[in-house]
Amino acid sequence: MSDFPAEGKLNGRLAIRGARVIDPAQQLDAVTDLFIADGKLVGIGSVDGFTADREIDAGGLVACPGLVDVSVSLKKPGAEHSRGMIRELTASASGGITHVVCPPDTFPIADTTAVVRQMHETASAARRSWVWMVGAMTQGLAGEQLADMGALKQAGCVAVSNRRRAMSSAQALRRALEYAATFDLAVVFHPEDAELAAGGCAHEGPVATRLGLPAIPAMAETVAVARDLELVAHTGVRAHFAQLSTAGAVAMIADARRRGLKVTADVAVHQLLLTDDAVDGFNAMAHVRPPLRSLADRDALRRAVAEGVIDAVCSDHQPCEGADKLAPFPSARPGISGTEALLSLTLRVVEQGALTLPQAIAALTSRPAACFGIAGGSLRVNERADLCLFDPAARYTLTDEGAEAMVSAGRNTPFLGDQLSGRVRFTLLGNRVLYTRTQA
Amino acid sequence: MNEAAIPAHVRLQLNEQGQLRHFLTTDSLPRGLLTEILDTAATFVSTDERAPKKVPLLRGKTIVNLFFEPSTRTRTTFEVAAKRLSADVLNIDIGRSSTSKGETLMDMLWNLEAMGADMFIVRHGDSGAPHFIAEHVTPKVAVINAGDGRHAHPTQAMLDMFTIRHFKGDFTKLTVAIVGDILHSRVARSGIAALRALGCPDIRIVAPRTLLPADAESLGAKVYTNLTDGIRDADVVMALRLQKERMTSALLPSEQEFYRLYGLTGEKLRAAKPDAIVMHPGPINRGVEIASDVADGAQSVILQQVTFGIAVRMAVMAMCMNGQGHVPASE
Repeated sequence: MSDFPAEGKLNGRLAIRGARVIDPAQQLDAVTDLFIADGKLVGIGSVDGFTADREIDAGGLVACPGLVDVSVSLKKPGAEHSRGMIRELTASASGGITHVVCPPDTFPIADTTAVVRQMHETASAARRSWVWMVGAMTQGLAGEQLADMGALKQAGCVAVSNRRRAMSSAQALRRALEYAATFDLAVVFHPEDAELAAGGCAHEGPVATRLGLPAIPAMAETVAVARDLELVAHTGVRAHFAQLSTAGAVAMIADARRRGLKVTADVAVHQLLLTDDAVDGFNAMAHVRPPLRSLADRDALRRAVAEGVIDAVCSDHQPCEGADKLAPFPSARPGISGTEALLSLTLRVVEQGALTLPQAIAALTSRPAACFGIAGGSLRVNERADLCLFDPAARYTLTDEGAEAMVSAGRNTPFLGDQLSGRVRFTLLGNRVLYTRTQA
Repeated sequence: MNEAAIPAHVRLQLNEQGQLRHFLTTDSLPRGLLTEILDTAATFVSTDERAPKKVPLLRGKTIVNLFFEPSTRTRTTFEVAAKRLSADVLNIDIGRSSTSKGETLMDMLWNLEAMGADMFIVRHGDSGAPHFIAEHVTPKVAVINAGDGRHAHPTQAMLDMFTIRHFKGDFTKLTVAIVGDILHSRVARSGIAALRALGCPDIRIVAPRTLLPADAESLGAKVYTNLTDGIRDADVVMALRLQKERMTSALLPSEQEFYRLYGLTGEKLRAAKPDAIVMHPGPINRGVEIASDVADGAQSVILQQVTFGIAVRMAVMAMCMNGQGHVPASE
């Protein structure tokens, strides 16, 4: 008899029986049992003398580490907006995500310890997915004066970034990287040359040409990656390249790795599934930044995840509310509300044969955790139990209506109405049940 | 053709009988429909070459000219066309209107619909704006694209097609060269799409690399960077207007250099067929994209384009109202 514990504090000892347990960090992929006591994983397979207070019959389900989503925008931390933030963290928990990394373009911008603390406090009170902050690299993300990076690190920031805002000069960027390196603080790059991308809203290629959409060339990304890698090499800073979109950038990252640079990278899952064809018909839901690119780019990104050049697959969650997307394509706000479908969409890449299931799970758990030094992303005995249980065979429709409507305030996704597979049943972070779905 | 094979932007423009209900782009529209527009326009022209008489087809209908970008010429020709169809015309000047007060585009449209608008003539700086409006207007309200960003200017394309057919007849034997700022030109995109649909076998675009879009050949035209090569033996040479700001954004060095290399002069025009016609969507920059003596010369049909433009816009308006199920008013 399956007995999924309710959301909230997990009391007593829990046994999860008969799941296919996949933990790429330990090269584990086997049907076995998991034993949890006091929020800790106390054993895999068997534990002497363990008497469970509750048991989940997890036959047919997959158990994996809780997902680590390395790009989730939580724009508004203020008290009056805390409900909005709780809602987004509830959405991510329902997607099996136990850890989210939030970029610094919050409101107000995360350039002071006060904002970072407030984000952490709101997230902690929400008791949903755990939030890790990326601090602003410059004050107000204006690209000129450095933010107090030393203090931001002490306040718990896992990295700093100037997001997709340009630095005022290569010199300012160099100084910022040197300063970050002083504290061994990782820097997240959103590589895009501002001038080459100026005014653009779609990938430079036949679709943008036919639709007359101002274009963002692939070189807007590759030129930025080339420059950034040079500066990374010279400053020795730890670097993470976020939401890559081009084959050229992937090749440069692979080459930098071969040269021994400490660089990691992620890709948004929609870049692994869609191309600029999705923009046709001026589909504002497919307006994202960086833009959806060519089929050759998509295939290179898929290979890069499989080969490990790209470490993490993330949602690049950007919830937009009503009027944000209710505008002509170029004026519609870019972004996809992505946390809830992150797992299912990654499983679609697996179904299409581009990744194995363990490769996909690794890109959603242990490898993103390693990029940001997050304690999580694996199922280690005697450590906190962070896990996700999902039904890989369950089919459902991503919808914005009725009882099964998306939880996020943003229903902006080009996958709305799609049949997806992989239903999350249970999300656990230590002794707290973040999400439970009793019905298959 | 099965439903799935028809692109979404084509389905949006047609009703279940395949009649035009919005006119947003010429891209992928069936040849029969474009020919129908030309034939319908011809019925409005034939009454009087210079000034089509007033007909009561749209009596009692309210047509709103919704111009988010300034335009005197295009707006005026739509207004004249609407009045010849006996419609009431409302001109909304967005510069002085409410979107600057934070009202969203949709709020504004819903308000205008509430006032009884039957048709919106839309010019907007965003590519796809009329498409967006057509997706969101209430049923029975038609949307006609009067120019959106770099995307499309379908009534201009159809008046160009009308002019070409008037002077040259069969499209399937023609060579048409479009010269100038292709990158930013909605006229070029709509013109190429219409020429393709009508079976024109040799469509050329002529421009320096900075004024060509990426993958320009994918539009269905042959690309030339040399003017003489590009217009050689052409039946139709269409010059495009060059905006002044192209010089400040490092796309071109100077007007003088552009005129020297790409300006349509009498001497260069000799590469085209002796009976080639010269077209321009206006307004003309004399001495930039075209020489004065060519613009005013015997081969120029630029003023006929303007005259035909009224008939073509009457045709498109009447067809869209019909396609939206509005019964023509009886006399």
